[in-house]
Amino acid sequence: MPESRSAAKPLLTVEHLRKVYESSTGNVEAIGDISFQMNAGELVCIVGPSGCGKTTLLKCIAGLLRPTSGVVELEGKRVTGPPPNMALVFQEYGRSLYPWLTVRGNVDLPLKHKKLSRAERDRLIDDALVAVGLDHAAKSYPWQLSGGMQQRVAIARAVAYEPEVLIMDEPFAAVDAQTRADLEDLVRTLHRERGMSILFVTHDIDESVYLGERVVVLSKSPTWVQEDLSIDLPAERDQLVTRALPRFTELRTHVYEQIQRAKRGEAVRPGVTAA
Amino acid sequence: MTLYTSTVVTPRKPSRVWAKIGENTAYALGLPIILLIIWGIWSSISPALFFPSPLVIAEAFVETWIGPAFVNDVLPSLARLGISIVLAVVLGIAAGTVIGLVRWLRELLEPIFEFFRAVPPPVLIPIVAVLVGANDTMKVVVMVTGAIWPVLLNTIEGVRSTDSVMTETAQSFAITRSERLRFLVLPAASPRIMTGVRQCLSIALILMVISEMFFSSSGLGYQIVFFQRNYLIAQMWSGIVLLGLIGVLLAVIFGFVERRVLRWYHGVKEVERA
Repeated sequence: MPESRSAAKPLLTVEHLRKVYESSTGNVEAIGDISFQMNAGELVCIVGPSGCGKTTLLKCIAGLLRPTSGVVELEGKRVTGPPPNMALVFQEYGRSLYPWLTVRGNVDLPLKHKKLSRAERDRLIDDALVAVGLDHAAKSYPWQLSGGMQQRVAIARAVAYEPEVLIMDEPFAAVDAQTRADLEDLVRTLHRERGMSILFVTHDIDESVYLGERVVVLSKSPTWVQEDLSIDLPAERDQLVTRALPRFTELRTHVYEQIQRAKRGEAVRPGVTAA
Repeated sequence: MTLYTSTVVTPRKPSRVWAKIGENTAYALGLPIILLIIWGIWSSISPALFFPSPLVIAEAFVETWIGPAFVNDVLPSLARLGISIVLAVVLGIAAGTVIGLVRWLRELLEPIFEFFRAVPPPVLIPIVAVLVGANDTMKVVVMVTGAIWPVLLNTIEGVRSTDSVMTETAQSFAITRSERLRFLVLPAASPRIMTGVRQCLSIALILMVISEMFFSSSGLGYQIVFFQRNYLIAQMWSGIVLLGLIGVLLAVIFGFVERRVLRWYHGVKEVERA
């Protein structure tokens, strides 16, 4: 229902998010102060130096972790638990898919409690499996498939769920480079053809520039948003053509430098007066 | 898209399947047959009162167990054994799931469980006999209290160690409580649960015999002791053989169920080993 959503109202809002882990050896401030917004239909990449609390941020957004302070809002509603209109794709596909269910069973499972008819559910599952190119493997078990294909099953499960926003946590970190390029193009296709709103977390700078319409660069921990960069590459992207563009090189160099600055802690945090 | 990797399984040729079955049977029965032959020769060379020849035992087996004794002694024993195993498995899984999911309950109960598990179940027989009388209920109670522990403890451990990413996946898709139990918690714990069930079977069989040795006038355990006290040595041995056969039967049924329930688990293991 894209009409019902006003263009001025963002889909996802993160405001002054802060997360402190309490441990016996002392408190660890993982996230300092993160604020950003995401509109419906956008593909936003979040990139940051390793150990900058990307996963913590994602878990807070997904309602799996309670932030110490700050607010996450999805479609104007405050996130306190896992919201029903959000789907997650994890990095560890092998632990996110259930090995006792077939590919079809895995895609079907989240749909069981949606009040849909059997026929409607079957249509969603078939459609999602075709979209990721796995319609021939519906009766297989996840462990019979390669890593890349397993991650496709996880993506199909999220697509069939028809979420308002799809959140992907370093989804391609554990697959080989060639499979990775295929899966990146799959994400672009889902975004372009289905208008899916995708929040994509990665540690790979090239990947963030290639996929995103915006790249949010995070500082090192305690984390804040160091830069919110708009990627002005053509919407039609191609592994060979796009990556050869001079503008692509400029952008990736820029992001790379930002990450290096983040690692060295050179960037100055705006308004550090916050408690 | 380049990922149309074929995952077609080619079925084995029927002739090779039969050859495989024949080979497996030969391996399974080969050693027992050789041992029986050696035993038979040995007992005819130097006859011993307490070790009659296999033929004598076979004869005693047919005479003793095929007929009224099967209805009066064997069937009631098997019925009590079956009921006890079902009760131990169902109660063990049900209680284990609840305790595995509720942390404070687990921390509260675990030390007590360690104590009860360490108590040898046969010592309960006189107590239970006093409490519920020397009847079928007593035997079932003794078998269940002994056989439930491996199921219970393995279920608790299996439920508790559900993979965190799998749990987060279920949470993120807002999967309901009952669905989570059915599609995540129980299947994830099923390898551990089956390990518990396997141990439960042999403990139940042992307790079946022992529970029938006290305050009883029928049953397999009672009969074996009766034969032994009356110097009916071949009959006694035939009872022991029958017990062994029941054990093998239980193992076969368990293996059949286990292969069905844990098909995915064996598949994953095979892929990991490859």
